Amino acid sequence: MKRLPWWLRDLIFLCGLIVVLLGATYALSYAESYYPAMRYYHRILVMMGINIGLAVSLNIINGHAGQFSLGHAGFMAIGAYFASFLTVFYFGPYVDKFSEGTMTHWILQNALLVVAVIAAGGLAAIAGYIVGLPSLRLRGDYLAIVTLGFGEIIRVLILNIDKVGAARGLSGIPEWSNLFWVFFFSAITILISVRLVNSSVGRAFLAIREDEIAAEAMGVDTTRYKVKAFIIGSCLAGVAGGLFAHYTPAYLNPTMFTFIRSFEVVAMVVLGGLGSISGSVLAAIILTFLPEGLRNVKEFIPGGRDPRMVIYALMLIILMLTRPQGLLGRRELWDILARRKDTVAKDPRDDDAGGDKLDRDSGPPVT
Amino acid sequence: MQTLLQNLLNGIAAGSIYALIALGYTMVYGILKLINFAHGDIFMLGSFAGYYGGRYLAGKVVGDSVASVGSAALVLILSMLICGLFGYLNERIAYRPLRNAPRIASLITAIGVSFFLEYGGQMVFGPDPKFFPTLIEKRIINIGGITTTNYQLIVLIVALAFMALLQYVVYGTKFGRAMRAVSYNYETASLMGIPTDRIISMTFIIGSMLAGVAGILYGLSYPKIDPLMGIMPGLKAFVAAVLGGIGNVPGAMVGGLIIGVVEAFVGGSPFSSYRDAIAFVILIVILLFRPSGLFGKYQAEKV
Amino acid sequence: MRKPAFILLAALSLILMGCPPKGEVGQAAGGGDGEILVGEYGSLTGSEATFGQSTHNGIMMAIDEVNVAGGVNGRTIRVRTEDDQSRAEEAANAVSKLISQDGVVAVLGEVASSNSLAAAPICQSNKIPMITPSSTNPTVTEKGDYIFRMCFLDSYQGESMAGYLTRQLGMKTAAILIDVKSDYSTGLANFFERAFIANGGRIVGKQSYAKGDNDFRSQLTALRATNPQVLFIPGYYNDIGQIAIQARDLGMRMPLAGGDGWESPKLIEIGGKALEGSFYSNHYFAGDTAPVVRDFVEKYRERFGQTPDALAALGYDAAKVLADSLKRAGSTDGPAIRDAIASTKGFEGVTGSITLGPDRNPLGKKLVIVEIRNGQLTLKDTVEPAGAAAPAAATTTTAAAATSGS
Repeated sequence: MKRLPWWLRDLIFLCGLIVVLLGATYALSYAESYYPAMRYYHRILVMMGINIGLAVSLNIINGHAGQFSLGHAGFMAIGAYFASFLTVFYFGPYVDKFSEGTMTHWILQNALLVVAVIAAGGLAAIAGYIVGLPSLRLRGDYLAIVTLGFGEIIRVLILNIDKVGAARGLSGIPEWSNLFWVFFFSAITILISVRLVNSSVGRAFLAIREDEIAAEAMGVDTTRYKVKAFIIGSCLAGVAGGLFAHYTPAYLNPTMFTFIRSFEVVAMVVLGGLGSISGSVLAAIILTFLPEGLRNVKEFIPGGRDPRMVIYALMLIILMLTRPQGLLGRRELWDILARRKDTVAKDPRDDDAGGDKLDRDSGPPVT
Repeated sequence: MQTLLQNLLNGIAAGSIYALIALGYTMVYGILKLINFAHGDIFMLGSFAGYYGGRYLAGKVVGDSVASVGSAALVLILSMLICGLFGYLNERIAYRPLRNAPRIASLITAIGVSFFLEYGGQMVFGPDPKFFPTLIEKRIINIGGITTTNYQLIVLIVALAFMALLQYVVYGTKFGRAMRAVSYNYETASLMGIPTDRIISMTFIIGSMLAGVAGILYGLSYPKIDPLMGIMPGLKAFVAAVLGGIGNVPGAMVGGLIIGVVEAFVGGSPFSSYRDAIAFVILIVILLFRPSGLFGKYQAEKV
Repeated sequence: MRKPAFILLAALSLILMGCPPKGEVGQAAGGGDGEILVGEYGSLTGSEATFGQSTHNGIMMAIDEVNVAGGVNGRTIRVRTEDDQSRAEEAANAVSKLISQDGVVAVLGEVASSNSLAAAPICQSNKIPMITPSSTNPTVTEKGDYIFRMCFLDSYQGESMAGYLTRQLGMKTAAILIDVKSDYSTGLANFFERAFIANGGRIVGKQSYAKGDNDFRSQLTALRATNPQVLFIPGYYNDIGQIAIQARDLGMRMPLAGGDGWESPKLIEIGGKALEGSFYSNHYFAGDTAPVVRDFVEKYRERFGQTPDALAALGYDAAKVLADSLKRAGSTDGPAIRDAIASTKGFEGVTGSITLGPDRNPLGKKLVIVEIRNGQLTLKDTVEPAGAAAPAAATTTTAAAATSGS
């Protein structure tokens, strides 16, 4: 059977996705009226969607291009704050001119959310370009600490901007985001990521990750591609941030975007398997669910102290010790499933999966 | 001028504690190429060891000066032992099984250990801040309008003493030579008959002991400790280590002092609300001009 | 194919752990077995844990007292507590869980306004009343008609303190040291600054720190050069002790002044002699002779082994007001409970008489000024609001007259 062109397949996928998401939204709201706990699960589901967006976008930088960013919370913060800035001061008042419940109101609200979120992605992309520039000179851990520093600088800057609430945080953001938009944009993030890996750009990323000097020698413009990875990754993180800002309780505070948040996203990417898109998705789901799922553990433990975060930390360590290359290594879920069917020969990518670029001999010695 | 000198002094005192923590980062990094994110929390454990030890001794020793110095030394040793033990366990349990795995995996276990110590600390010690016992009577020293305390001087002297000691260990002993050999090339070192695992363990123990010293000095000068106290000093110390050129012992000291002094000057300026960011701004600026830090040797990439 | 098996195993164990204890969901709002489930979310761990713990102690004490006294209309109250790790996004998750999975009928919390702001919209949209014991940011109760507050606002506190310093103590110059990471601190500093200038005073210096910092010497050195008559530090007690010590080390002799964030038994433990002569505004004074206060302080000491701080007192009052409202509502319906809370009038709490106004904030709560003298907390003065409706225009009475009141 002849395969359809890729853009047509994507279009069909997106249409299918919209139908499925609309169905899911209605099913959830129906279930909520009978089973109120669904509202909580609904919320966790949305948080998973946002984390999937973050993890998959960081995976482009850390997994595919082999750079090491620890500043993802900063890009997310830029997206969240810029999107909210637009909706709170410009879009929100405009939409409020139309009475709620009317078709115009509804269309405007969703259209402007998309505009705000895309603009947020744009600003985050510019930030990603600026942050990506040092990656031209810095390697490995030096880059890691610089990106971490950028994330913290962004947070401190926001803390000093009174217009967006400074330490008070920004409240009164319209609650326009929902399950549909969060998963729609997460799916787009995944789609971009998948298409990227199989494009010439993605091949260049992989070449840089595997051996930067060899890639350079083969004529890959490493500088350009490294910055490109930062731009794409941070843009998508900004989009996730914009959606996060507009979801209930629609409140932002600079303390939400500390480097601890970046660590959580890095943990998702590494736990899933550096470079594996479906791995990132899987790990994002697990690590979002874990702290919430452990909330009821304290009911079984006397003494009144809540051990859930200690268990969370232990689980993180144990998962990493048992699967050092990540849950899926470098493979994708669909590779594994496909191989089952036709028992193809072993994929060479299985061996020594995950960041051998960062091996022990690449840093300076003690002097 | 007076304010300038005062801030310089404040900065040096704060910076020498950063430097002590930074040494642990830099040693571990030098030998394993691993950012040991749990190091700041080991430092926290050092403070708590001092807290419990000091409170226990406070009941035994009457406040005369010789005895109080003796008990302070005892508390210091206790804290070093406990930190050394935790450093060892940390390496043994969370890092050694991943020795041949991708390096990034140990980074995640390091973050996991860090979370574990922070949340575990809140469960065991309680999340509220504790008052660090006064081990030595405080005296205020005033020279020409510049005020300092004997604590600041003790911090400076003890920190410098331990740095000198470390310098001797790394360059003047057989162990130090083995350590440097492992850091140059792990495989070759093991082929040359160096017990690499033991050397790595020892490196962790020494680095953690220095964190213990820093924990005590920190508790002495800022007598409020809590289970999350290691996060920010740990991060700043790491920045200091990178600034000086990670893996480089004098670099860590200089980096720590630079961060301490610059933070003191920013803290006293009209831009004090940006103080948390300033360490990173300096770091980025310096790394742009010297990509391997101040004292790091730039390594041409191997082809 | 060992690997997929492992993934499956990991996933399975996670799902098992995530299952709520059965039977929790069923007994939701109806409370078939006679219990009323009330939710509490708070910072039991994280950077603000010490405030969350105090509030939690106060709430538990109040609820136990209510239950011992026969409960509410014959039904006992059970508190379900969730930790939010002092993080706003966690607060939203925790409250969402309390309301939809556990089915609580009302929610108590938080101390930090940022966490209350993250939780309030969820309570509002679920029509579950929420009482914040001690969030002082005005916007919290503006989130909707289901959100209530037990404490006075920062505007009142800042203005009262500024008025007290300028009029009562005749001070002309002040310097401010702000915790830039805390909305409480920046807000209170703003109100104080405006009122202090309006009263003819002058702010000679202003510096910032970030909560969690431990070295304040450089900021203090800068403020020392401005030589103010008083140093106003609207921060939390765990930083205040260090600031006081370092200020004295640097030879600064002026009194330090602050707000209710100072209140804690640990304040003097950490600050010690350095705090001598400093004072702060507060919701109540633990040495108050009023029977309701004495009773509360005694019981609290007995149970927790320390003097209750203002957060414990406010948590206690919030829980007591909720129990009282549940009794008056006679139902566990969200709207019924909300109406009952809104009509709270003249409730004699530890932190004074509580009457909720139309904006769901308490009207005309008194404010006490506590001084540290000889290593003890002593009552310096009491500020009674002039009119119940206008707390801003505060008048002061002397300490002797005030202790007999309330």
